[in-house]
Amino acid sequence: MSARKILLRNMARDQAGTVSAVKVGGDLGLRIREMGIVPGARIKVQGRAPLYDPVAVKVMGAVVSLRNNEADYIEVEVEDG
Amino acid sequence: MADSAGARNPERIEIALAGNPNAGKTTLFNRLTGANQHVGNYPGVTVEKKEGLCSFDGVTVSVVDLPGTYSLTAYSEEEVVARDYLVRNRPQAVVNIVDASNLERNLYLTCQLLELGLPVVLALNMIDVARDRGIEVNVEKLGRILGVRVVPLVARRGEGVREVLAAAVAEARDPSPPRSRPVSYGDDLDRAILNLAGLVEEKGILAGTYPPAWLAMKLLEGDKRVHEQVRDAVRDAAVLETIEQAVSSLAAHLSATLDSTPEAVIADHRYGFVRSVVRQGVMVRLSDEDRIYASDRIDRVVTHRVAGPVIMLAILFALYQFTFTWSEAPVAWLGAGFDWLAETAGDLLPDGHLRSLLVSGIIRGVGGVFGFVPIIMFMFFGIAILEDSGYLARVAFMMDRVFRTFGLHGSSVMSFIISGGIAGGCAVPGVLATRTLRSPRERMATLLTTPFMNCGAKMPVLALLISAFFTTGKARMMLFLTMISWAGALLVARLLRSTILKGLPTPFVMELPPYRVPTLRGLLLHTWERTRDYLRKAGSVILAASILIWATMTFPSLPAAEKMAFAEKRQAVMAAAGIGDAAQEALPAAVREEIARINAEEGEAALEYSIAGRVGRALERLSRLSGFDWRTNIALMGGVAAKEIIISTLGTAYSLGELNAGEDQPLAEALKNSPGWNRVSAFSLILFVMFYSPCLATVACIIRESGSWRWGAFAMGFNTLFAFLLSCLVYQAGMFLGLG
Repeated sequence: MSARKILLRNMARDQAGTVSAVKVGGDLGLRIREMGIVPGARIKVQGRAPLYDPVAVKVMGAVVSLRNNEADYIEVEVEDG
Repeated sequence: MADSAGARNPERIEIALAGNPNAGKTTLFNRLTGANQHVGNYPGVTVEKKEGLCSFDGVTVSVVDLPGTYSLTAYSEEEVVARDYLVRNRPQAVVNIVDASNLERNLYLTCQLLELGLPVVLALNMIDVARDRGIEVNVEKLGRILGVRVVPLVARRGEGVREVLAAAVAEARDPSPPRSRPVSYGDDLDRAILNLAGLVEEKGILAGTYPPAWLAMKLLEGDKRVHEQVRDAVRDAAVLETIEQAVSSLAAHLSATLDSTPEAVIADHRYGFVRSVVRQGVMVRLSDEDRIYASDRIDRVVTHRVAGPVIMLAILFALYQFTFTWSEAPVAWLGAGFDWLAETAGDLLPDGHLRSLLVSGIIRGVGGVFGFVPIIMFMFFGIAILEDSGYLARVAFMMDRVFRTFGLHGSSVMSFIISGGIAGGCAVPGVLATRTLRSPRERMATLLTTPFMNCGAKMPVLALLISAFFTTGKARMMLFLTMISWAGALLVARLLRSTILKGLPTPFVMELPPYRVPTLRGLLLHTWERTRDYLRKAGSVILAASILIWATMTFPSLPAAEKMAFAEKRQAVMAAAGIGDAAQEALPAAVREEIARINAEEGEAALEYSIAGRVGRALERLSRLSGFDWRTNIALMGGVAAKEIIISTLGTAYSLGELNAGEDQPLAEALKNSPGWNRVSAFSLILFVMFYSPCLATVACIIRESGSWRWGAFAMGFNTLFAFLLSCLVYQAGMFLGLG
């Protein structure tokens, strides 16, 4: 089983992984973190809005939505099935 | 001494409720305080402050419901308000409501409360939901590790509420200071905090307000507000210099070694702490983490690419149907009630200015506000269902991509819908609903464009003009107009966001709360709070405005000679029929009609002679470009006070006497037969009514919510100009093409 790191934007629906980095600071970085998207957290893509943006992810038992350009800062380690 | 005094005087304890949004904070607050609540505002901000009283064991407990937050940073007004309250008021116990089914994320806030050294009591809410999801929480162990009292709770069913209160009272009476839990943020930060805290303590910076270590941490974290406070409090430039030095050297070090920032490292370590707590056997997951819950299954359908938008339209349409079908009867009762009141007052008082003020000014004006209350209540009730069930967040989620294009936010959709986005709302609550928006710019853009929606008061005007001039189906025309109002609002929002409200979009990082069946109690409370807001704000303004409008339409009154002429006409009619002027009740129908016609003519003449009439005449030269004559101008001026006034004023101006809502058939006929009117001018007027100045009640709310009267003045001026240009364009183009 090999692990690779991809950006949250590129994850498919229902794909799961572990957050490896959140590469943004400031308000956006804090906001992302306080919603539980921190390195080490398990994250799963729950679905996308009809226009493919924003994306909804499940993290720490809650569903959190963010826009694709915000998801670009989040790097996830996914397992290749 | 203090003890014996406490025994004599009734003991009073102050507690605060803190917790994440959707953790059940409001439900617990309502359970604790019942109807014994007081809603106000925190000074200087629009965040609501809810306080309530309850009693326990002979103690009066004052409960403050803090705004729901995920954190205590300075990210939003709510967070600042919650933090300042906790720091300044130092409540004797802080009940932290925690969603047990989402324990890790919720404990992030708990961690920050403990950092502040507050007397925390954990209320572990929704343990039933957690259990359903296969999550077992060891209450006793959690309490032991955190060093706080933990109480399991199912706030929705009221289970554990007394126990939470008991724990809070026990915590408040506990003489030992709360155990502060030092969280480690890693070697670099811990050392920096220790050093800076030493300086803070030595210099006594903000001593008594913040614990030194907390202040040091916030300074290093780059918290804007804390930095401001420190700059204000510290006079010594050298000390400030040292602090800035410490902050920037840590930031540089972290950037070089970890490619990270202090606030990120702190946040990550807080979660590290939370995780370590949870992993010590506090939480046991009995089922697969990726299990699909009912809520997720609903989302699969409800936010589906194709089904999602269809369902959304259907639900919004149902809301519209519900509101208007169910409110029809109460609106009619209220209308009849006010008509009766106006009639009675009219019969009791002698003819003159006092009667006119009371009947035409006050009763009609206040009736205009109250007449809409049933519609607004049903609308709010429906919206409360969408909100409390969690669906509204999905609407924002689905619509964000579209709204962002126009410089707005997915959550703007709520304001637009309340204001009449599906026809028939009210801009007052719509403006108030912008509170959910976090970014000041998106909020302002929503605030300024939301009055473009076709609110319930514009509807009768639009309906009248459609029925008089357009043969197309009313429903189809209404749908078309609704689409125009959306297009106008979105385009103007885009314009505002690329000019006076320029700036980057705010993050859309938000929680989509799990679907829940709303409680009736919660729905009723929501509905009542919003309706009260509407009544309080709209009521006072409309009363003042209707008196003002009444005065401009009444004074100066017709010169005595002209009044005499009308009186003579009436007498001539009576004389011709061979009746003396005393025997009014016995008038034959033909004579009565003739007299009513003369009265109406007098009304028109008086209106033309009044201030409003003169201004209307003066504006005619300009308004002709859009196809409006002086009569329309007066009605539109009245409409600035309240759109309800437009039709009744048009009635007076067209010599029909005063019209009540629903009796506009003669007016439609009169307009159709007037030479100045045709389809083009009617459509031009429709557009003008849709887009021109918001009513005064809405303007008052815009001023309140934006914090500046300038925005209110802007909304009136800009919207009127926009509407005028638009209607001009349409009228001129339509007449040129010969569509009239």
